Amino acid sequence: MGNRLLYAALVVAGLVTLAPFGWTLLSSLSDGGVPGWPLDPSLGAYGDLLRAIPFWRVLLNSVVVAAVSTGLQVLTSSMAAYGFARLDFPLKDAVFVVYLATLMVPMQVLVVPLFIEMRTFDLVDTYAGLLAPTVASAFGVFFLRQAVRQVPRELDEAAVMDGAGHVRVFASVVLPLIRPALATFTIFAFMASWNAFLWPLVILRSPEFMTLPLGLATLQGQFTTRWDVVMAGSVVSVLPILVVYVLAQRHVIASVARTGLK
Amino acid sequence: MSETTSPARALDEPAAAGRARPAAAVRAAGRRTAGARLRKAGTVVLFLAPSAVPLVLFTLVPMVGSLWVSLHEWNLIGAMRWVGLGNYAALLRDGDAWRALGNTVLYIAGYLPLVYVGGLGLALALNRVTRGRDLFRGVYFLPVVTSWVVVALIWKWLLNPSEGIVNKILALLGIDGPGWWTSDTWALPSVIIASAWKDLGFVMVILLAGLQAVPGDVLEAARVDGAGAWRRFRHIVLPLLSPSTFFVLVISCISGFQVFDQVYVMTSGGPAAAASEVAVERVYDLTFRYGRVGDASALSWVLFLVILLVTVVQVRLQRRWVDYG
Repeated sequence: MGNRLLYAALVVAGLVTLAPFGWTLLSSLSDGGVPGWPLDPSLGAYGDLLRAIPFWRVLLNSVVVAAVSTGLQVLTSSMAAYGFARLDFPLKDAVFVVYLATLMVPMQVLVVPLFIEMRTFDLVDTYAGLLAPTVASAFGVFFLRQAVRQVPRELDEAAVMDGAGHVRVFASVVLPLIRPALATFTIFAFMASWNAFLWPLVILRSPEFMTLPLGLATLQGQFTTRWDVVMAGSVVSVLPILVVYVLAQRHVIASVARTGLK
Repeated sequence: MSETTSPARALDEPAAAGRARPAAAVRAAGRRTAGARLRKAGTVVLFLAPSAVPLVLFTLVPMVGSLWVSLHEWNLIGAMRWVGLGNYAALLRDGDAWRALGNTVLYIAGYLPLVYVGGLGLALALNRVTRGRDLFRGVYFLPVVTSWVVVALIWKWLLNPSEGIVNKILALLGIDGPGWWTSDTWALPSVIIASAWKDLGFVMVILLAGLQAVPGDVLEAARVDGAGAWRRFRHIVLPLLSPSTFFVLVISCISGFQVFDQVYVMTSGGPAAAASEVAVERVYDLTFRYGRVGDASALSWVLFLVILLVTVVQVRLQRRWVDYG
């Protein structure tokens, strides 16, 4: 195949990827969502969006929830990873197997009993109820444990000689050395939280607690679906993740590629 | 456990040996080891509890709870009534549940070939160019970081039967476009198109990473030996790519059986809702729409067992075709 043909195919594929985003942007700027010719762009749909849902609140919810959830997952997972890699305690292997077992249970099995549990604790329609099931990640523990095990033990021992305890060794020796793995896990956790839909849909009721995916989903159906407003909401919710993606693109893609290479 | 040189030991039992005055020393050492043991247990708890407590509370407890509920008839509000395996037996005769499982399988059957062939094509093409590779790869990956809800909404608008751009383009070509997500026939294909568009970049990145591990000199040697492009692809590239292919297959099947977001956004509440209902959506509807919590829990366990079975079979079969070199 000639190089030109190859590039032509790549460009067509790129257009197929980008065109839906472009059409979304155009639709959001057009009254009723149907771009006319000549183009008559207006920001009216964005104004209506702010009136249809408490948009800034929803955006803030998404940012805070994703940040808190990601931060807690990174903290709890890296601590457990250190525990499994560096501490000796009875039944360690058995405990680790239980951790792995929880990794296999899919959300759809958990969603109903979790809802019932949250109702018992009176946490339905609260931030706590939304966040509680996302503060720990068995995947994170497994993934980061691999990274901790690759840190040479001589480095901890040197710190121990200097009189450091486990907390110090963890925080000032191990954590800095597993930074690449932490970054990878942070990206995965943040994307998962930012895009989460099923659990927020089940646990939340009030617009003021909603995260972006949920807020957007409720937009359709309101006043027989104003597609220009829905598209405006899509544009605004893609923008933040787009910025993060453009800044961290290489790292994001490298992280995904690495998970496929065993 | 018994090696005393491990840093863990060194940390927790500092210099408890080698003293004069035996009796007092032994007693003191005993106190010290008891204290040390307590401190050691405290360290383990400190490091593990932050993840263990939530995992027990929000994964293990609900898991057991779900099994328990699946053995009862319950509407979320009233008293629970024990029915044993009755819900599972009823499931076998429940046409709606079978249709939902069938739709889920259809979804995977449509989605998997699309993303694999498309992703492989893009990966092969990208592997042959150098200029602009990162740019193209970055663009193809863009839908992967976009949320399912946004992807579903974008495609719901593109595939809008009357106002959507796709049907307008088809009309220009003289084709009367289908009703897409409003049509019983086309609802599932609409979801499949949107999903494949989103995941193509993910599959491409995995396969490209696999391709880049294919040694160039092997291909060059085959070329020198007169192997044509197809034979090189079929007998060298594909086998060397089989671990990546296996990974894509397993991950896609697991996530395919759990498909929910895009189906819910695109078809739920619409005219083709029943015709395109998938398994997790059925679990959701049974719980929150019909108040049949026992049936929902039983269905979620059946779905879990199906996923487990499919994964185990794939892992078993991999020996026959996956080449780890």
